[in-house]
Amino acid sequence: MITAGVDVGAKYVKIVILEDGKNVLTRSNGIVGFDVWKSATEVFDKALISSNLKHEQIVQVVATGMGRKIIHKKPPINAGEIFPEVIADAKGTYRLIPTVRTVIDVGAEEGRGVKVGENGGVKDFVINERCAAGAGTFIETMARALEVGVENMGPLALKSANVIPMNAQCCVFAESEVVTLIHSKVAKEDIAKAIHDAMASRIASMVLRVGVEKDVVLIGGVARNPGFLPPLKRELNTEIVVPEYPEYVGALGAAILAFEMEG
Amino acid sequence: MTTQIKEYSTEPLKIWDEAKELRRKYYEGYLTAHERGGLRWAGGAWSFSAIPAGLGDDVYCLTGEPYGATVAFFKDFTSKCHDATEATGFPRTLCAYMRNYWGSILLDKYILADGTIVDHYPAPDFIWQDHICCSHGKWYQVVKWLEERKGKKVPMYCVDVSVGYPVDENLEEYKINYIVQQLNDGIEWLEKVTGRKYDDKLLCEAVWNEIRATRLWAEICTLNQAIPAPLDEKSMYSLYVMGTLMKHRPECVTFYEKLKAEVENRVRRGIAAVTNERFRVITDTQPPWGFLQIFREMEKYGVVSLGSLYTYGLIGMWDYRPDGTWVPRELPPRKPQTREEALKMIVEWTVHRPEWAHFYLPEAKTKMMLSIVKQWKVDAVLLHYNRGCEGLSVHIAENRLGLLEAGVPVFPFEGNMGDEREFDFPGTLARLTSFFASMRLKKLRE
Repeated sequence: MITAGVDVGAKYVKIVILEDGKNVLTRSNGIVGFDVWKSATEVFDKALISSNLKHEQIVQVVATGMGRKIIHKKPPINAGEIFPEVIADAKGTYRLIPTVRTVIDVGAEEGRGVKVGENGGVKDFVINERCAAGAGTFIETMARALEVGVENMGPLALKSANVIPMNAQCCVFAESEVVTLIHSKVAKEDIAKAIHDAMASRIASMVLRVGVEKDVVLIGGVARNPGFLPPLKRELNTEIVVPEYPEYVGALGAAILAFEMEG
Repeated sequence: MTTQIKEYSTEPLKIWDEAKELRRKYYEGYLTAHERGGLRWAGGAWSFSAIPAGLGDDVYCLTGEPYGATVAFFKDFTSKCHDATEATGFPRTLCAYMRNYWGSILLDKYILADGTIVDHYPAPDFIWQDHICCSHGKWYQVVKWLEERKGKKVPMYCVDVSVGYPVDENLEEYKINYIVQQLNDGIEWLEKVTGRKYDDKLLCEAVWNEIRATRLWAEICTLNQAIPAPLDEKSMYSLYVMGTLMKHRPECVTFYEKLKAEVENRVRRGIAAVTNERFRVITDTQPPWGFLQIFREMEKYGVVSLGSLYTYGLIGMWDYRPDGTWVPRELPPRKPQTREEALKMIVEWTVHRPEWAHFYLPEAKTKMMLSIVKQWKVDAVLLHYNRGCEGLSVHIAENRLGLLEAGVPVFPFEGNMGDEREFDFPGTLARLTSFFASMRLKKLRE
């Protein structure tokens, strides 16, 4: 049986197509444009082509992510069911790492902490509220201020060993701090590190609200940023596991949920 | 396999129109008091409102918090009030009710219960306030100052009630006397500033009314232990408010007697507030008043909000049994006969107000919330981290931890009871959906 999970995030659509609830046939992603439905449809078509499947062969589709409602029971994707991100995150992470007890998901728009029970269910969760300082957008905005590609921000931060305190409460104020640091001739790598430290501190204080229990797993697009992991480990004083394809974990969870619905 | 969701009968409250009418009369009564030769006073919902009642039957009050909430419900007016207070130099971090109230004075506009805006804010003849919350005393100092700027001198009296919280025991005599003495002095002050002779008989009557009304509300809340719950919290907001406006008035007692009879009848007949009730929650602190539709959204999941420590304990008076259960507070053996008896009785009654506990002891609040969870058969607690009310939000994060330690699922959300700029409705709704999903609840209807 083939199922699909579609994670319609703030910045990217991620799709996982799964066979028999176990084998990943394909992973696809694409940027979310102004027309979210169109973006999701294009990525879905891409996933079908790369897995050499026809839509009719997909028995069930489950959607998650902030744009999930846009494809719920709407052709051509016709997601039969929708689940909030925390449910899909817990499901997907638990499949990959059954010893997980804390999931940290940092995406473009939101940061989340999910406490996972021994059965993979959600025990508690926390989501950043009305602030981009704990999300990927924060790094993107700061990258623009530093005139550095977002993909270079992490490696740049790793070059610095200096500690420069920075406002982690507000993206807008943080940007003006970055501008001040630039004018003060502080090295780019030091500023990049300060940005990652600030974001890690913000995420850590949020996750500590639900409590941190091992194993701790970091997922979401920001998990690919090598500059973010060291300060987060330091802040939480724990080892953190990053699975392969961390940005697809929500979509994987959705695909598993789709399989379970049919099972 | 599909699970059959039980469907209960439901019907609107018959007393609804009467509640609306009572509230309308209250705001209009204050507005037009002078036309009938009456007096107007302003103060908080927790003030000892039975005391000014001794000045006569034509004394009308406007309690600040419900007025601030009424303003908050009408968002255009709220926004103008905020602009006015901020332009005067007050920061937006202050109590939202207070800012709404001050804004109304600054704009010189008065809003009625139905949203009608009347020109010329009706200034009080005196202020009769109590002080427990960090904003309460200061609130009316500023009111006095704002009225003075408009050329009206408003005398103010404030009673300090911060003597500690007795939880389940009696307060030491000297603490009771400290408040009683302030009320005694206050009566002399009232006579002086109004030029009226004080009537102890009216005082005794008002004290007895307040004691009965606040017990009756507790009895009504107790009825919500039934499954299905006969009342939902959104409706309760329109009912408990009588106790915040006029707890000392005979109309309030009569209204609660009728309401109690109707709710008892609903329980007997199994009439539900939410037709698909399958998950019971309580909240905490004031809601974001401009976004009460969040309660209707919850109903789509079969979730009923049964009330809160706030709706039960802001006005309702309770006894704590040694086994940790809550019961409506036992009435004193008889109506007070003298001023001395009346003042002592109302002070002893008032210091047990459940919503005062958290000012002193977060543990006491957690304990009470856990009692509610157990007795009202609650599945989860929604905690409003209310940026608009420092008083009721104080220690709320500790309450969250206490509830979680006891195994109660908790959904915290940030907001503001009276300033819509600080409440993210779609964001909160999205997180609430996640919470319900984690409780394995699916939407039953759109």
